[in-house]
Amino acid sequence: MYSQAKYLIAGDSALVVEFGSEISPQINERVRGMYLAIEKAAIPGIVSLTPTYRSLLVQYDPLAVPYRDMLETLQKLEGSLEKMELPKPNVMEIPTLYGGDCGPDLDFVCRHSGLGRDEVIRIHSSREYLIYMLGFAPGFPYLGGMDERIATPRLKTPRTKINSGSVGIAGQQTGIYPLASPGGWQLIGRTPILLYDPQRNPPILYRTGDYLKFVPVSEKEYAEIEQQVAQGRYEYRLYPKKEAKK
Amino acid sequence: MNAVKVISPGALTTVQDAGRFGFLQSGISVSGVMDSYSHRAANLLVDNPQEEAVLEVTLMGPVLEFQCSTRIAVTGAMMQPKLNDQPVPMWRTIPVKEGDRLSFAGIQGGCRAYIAFAGGLDVPVIMGSKSTNLKAQVGGFEGRMLKRDDMVPLKAPSGEARLWAAGEEWIPNFPAQITLRAVLGPQEDLFTEAGIASFFSAEYVVTPANDRMGYRLEGEEITHKAGADIVSDGIVMGAVQVPSSGQPIILMADRQTTGGYTKIATVATADLPLLAQAQAGTKIHFQRVSVEEAQQLLRMFYEKLQAFARARRPVNA
Repeated sequence: MYSQAKYLIAGDSALVVEFGSEISPQINERVRGMYLAIEKAAIPGIVSLTPTYRSLLVQYDPLAVPYRDMLETLQKLEGSLEKMELPKPNVMEIPTLYGGDCGPDLDFVCRHSGLGRDEVIRIHSSREYLIYMLGFAPGFPYLGGMDERIATPRLKTPRTKINSGSVGIAGQQTGIYPLASPGGWQLIGRTPILLYDPQRNPPILYRTGDYLKFVPVSEKEYAEIEQQVAQGRYEYRLYPKKEAKK
Repeated sequence: MNAVKVISPGALTTVQDAGRFGFLQSGISVSGVMDSYSHRAANLLVDNPQEEAVLEVTLMGPVLEFQCSTRIAVTGAMMQPKLNDQPVPMWRTIPVKEGDRLSFAGIQGGCRAYIAFAGGLDVPVIMGSKSTNLKAQVGGFEGRMLKRDDMVPLKAPSGEARLWAAGEEWIPNFPAQITLRAVLGPQEDLFTEAGIASFFSAEYVVTPANDRMGYRLEGEEITHKAGADIVSDGIVMGAVQVPSSGQPIILMADRQTTGGYTKIATVATADLPLLAQAQAGTKIHFQRVSVEEAQQLLRMFYEKLQAFARARRPVNA
């Protein structure tokens, strides 16, 4: 982590506030802090914010606030971050049906890891995964912190279509596909909930710095939740994260 | 019915406005028009707010049949619009009647034309914008490019039915060689001095790999100090990304929100319309400007549009 954030120029309408050059939960926490602080401060002239692993892209209207003024405002805000009281990150539960048609590669992950099916599921669903950033596609979460024991290389030949809601493993990473797309992840399960729903407000329920927790469900529960989602009466489970064990 | 019927859709015709900026933090791309000058000018010619949604037409134009009387304007790429098979001018308000057909005789310069409709397009505002996001399949007309037999709903034109024409001096041409002004950064420190010197002095050519996501260029290799990969960060329109090949890619309207390649510079927003109309083979020189200069260029861009609005000439049908 840098001792002080770097302010990089990204053209005439944006600045990048960079807190470090590597992937770490501490750096990401700074990004989240700055992101929430800017949002709370409702700084005039800011058009959009893109928090990522280690930096925050701030797009602004230079006709309203020129470069020097925006830089000064952001630096001042950064200086007050330490004292700022920020809301706890949320944990969002992802009900997941493991294996079968929903997770055609679960057996491969078992063979690769030398672990039993139940053990792989237990390991995968036991942690709360930090969302480092959202990118690539609407609501696509880049998650950190998967147990190395279930790490599995990507498929040699990517699938041309992966269903939306598919839960997969790619190397050390785990993730979910919010939309159907091609991809090379090892698919171990699927969630019936909608990670991305353009008709919902907000269309995506989690943010950078929040956590996802996979919760194993049975086929019957999967079908019930799927129906509730279709009828618009599924209650998404989001709650503030409990104090981290240090 | 206030609508326009798609008889044939053309190569890629989508509904676009100034873009969707509110959801980048969720990974939802901006989309929006590629050439914001032609977009805004088209709207001014039909007395719309500058940012109203229009149809962006790519290379090969559609055939559209009006289901109502309204006023339209066509700007951007020189695509030779015709109304009921009779040539009609671009950069000028065209009154149309129910049953009239708009078609295009073929492209003579540029890449993208814009069709504005008086009153605007009556498509839903999704996440703050009418723009089509092809990847997320939302916005615009059913989240996709137009196809045959679509009925694209129009708002009823309001106010006085005034007809305008823009003078020659307001109409861009599409030269085979362009200069794009660019601000160094955000990752300039990851390139060699020679790499930066190449970028600002050599000639780069637009390759056939150019679309709404980005423009791949070819030219003198831009060298990195130690590799082209970075931990992903956010990307703006006009960002010049340089992967390990050393060949630059300028990211445009449909770019992803984040990416993991070094970015040497960012094209001045005011110069992006020029790039948006550049066909494969166009030669590009990059000229370095400071962030303050680029912001001044953007101010002049908006002043030019205000001047455009004042300089429109009223014409008779």
